Amino acid sequence: MSHSSMWEAVTGIVRRDLLLAMRRWSDAAMSVFFLVIVVSLFPLGVGPEPAVLRTIAPGVLWVAALLTCLLSLARVFTPDYLDGVLEQMVLVPQPLSLLVLGKVLAHWVISGLPVVLLSPLLGLQFGLEGETLGVLVLSLLLGTPTLSMIGAIGAALVLGVRGSGLLVALLVLPLYVPVLIFGAGAVTSSMAGIGGEANLSLLGACLVLSLFLAPWATAAALRIALE
Amino acid sequence: MLQAVGLSCRRGERRLFSDLNVKVERGKLLAVVGENGSGKTSLLRIFSSLLPPEDGSVRWEGQDIHQLKELYSGQLMYLGHLNGIKDDLTAVENLISSMALAGEPCTESEAKEALEAIGLKRLVHRLSSKVLSQGQKRRVALARLWLSTRPLWLLDEPFTSLDAASTAVVTQRLHAHLQREGLVVVVTHQEIALPAERLQQLRLAG
Repeated sequence: MSHSSMWEAVTGIVRRDLLLAMRRWSDAAMSVFFLVIVVSLFPLGVGPEPAVLRTIAPGVLWVAALLTCLLSLARVFTPDYLDGVLEQMVLVPQPLSLLVLGKVLAHWVISGLPVVLLSPLLGLQFGLEGETLGVLVLSLLLGTPTLSMIGAIGAALVLGVRGSGLLVALLVLPLYVPVLIFGAGAVTSSMAGIGGEANLSLLGACLVLSLFLAPWATAAALRIALE
Repeated sequence: MLQAVGLSCRRGERRLFSDLNVKVERGKLLAVVGENGSGKTSLLRIFSSLLPPEDGSVRWEGQDIHQLKELYSGQLMYLGHLNGIKDDLTAVENLISSMALAGEPCTESEAKEALEAIGLKRLVHRLSSKVLSQGQKRRVALARLWLSTRPLWLLDEPFTSLDAASTAVVTQRLHAHLQREGLVVVVTHQEIALPAERLQQLRLAG
């Protein structure tokens, strides 16, 4: 199969998923509101002490980003599984892992990118400023695609299983731990004035590794789900 | 030529069929019939490579389909009992995106012609698919038959919820495909109005 039709199939999937997300924009909007509400609950619970808020900011923002990604995982493959599009995806003459990459890219644009774009505002709410805000955005930019990649494996594994919402959380959250540690670590070390480069490089490494392994693992899980 | 050699299939504890041998030449339609639960859909899914057989193999032009992999996918068009269409897209968008996915991209006007060929009027093309009836949705899915150039068609109950006129139109389309040396495997409960020399029947005992 030629490269052009491979490209055609992947862009076709991305375009279709983005179009579908636009038709059901309320779903994406709900994830964003969820993020804003979760992040805003902490100052209310912990109290308005600026020093405390600054200390917890990296962790809170990163955990909120992680939960937002988790909530939207059910929308990656389940609709396609239920209406039969997934069967068609498995039977195309292109490698399934490439199509999976397209699906994950679309998922990131819909649920990860808004988190990245909103993060400076949310950071300001916690009294982060200057370079630290930049590191926060950068860490999320490197980290959220990895979350989508890992999440896709979980979403594919629980297809057609009862109570899959909770199961996917149990499967995926432990795998999110390294990303959380490096992501929040980058912001914390930038606040401490030692720069976030080391942690950011590790986040980049996680992204490359997941780009390499996750589509392949997801494709295998999807084939099993359809048997 | 599509050939099944010594196929057996087990779903859970139940053995659906074993040592099944069948051969379909180009220009022929194989109608798989049998009671509910006799393994018709499973057989079709084995033919499509979605489901690996417990034993035996499926051969396309003499080669095992599990070795051909993507080369085999490039030869077949599969329509399962699910339509594979999105409720939030219009009929035209659905057809264009499923053809693009299959690696046989089509233009908007080609998609509209295909939809008209299967009797969906222009008025319906712009409607969101969630307001379409079951029969209309089935027809959107079947419109791919007018666009696909693949030699092997695997269809699971294509005539479900179709009216008599659409059934006749689809049957004609199948006939045209067979005349161009195509090959069709259909799971069905209905009689297919095709010349007897084109038809081949496989009855699964269950």
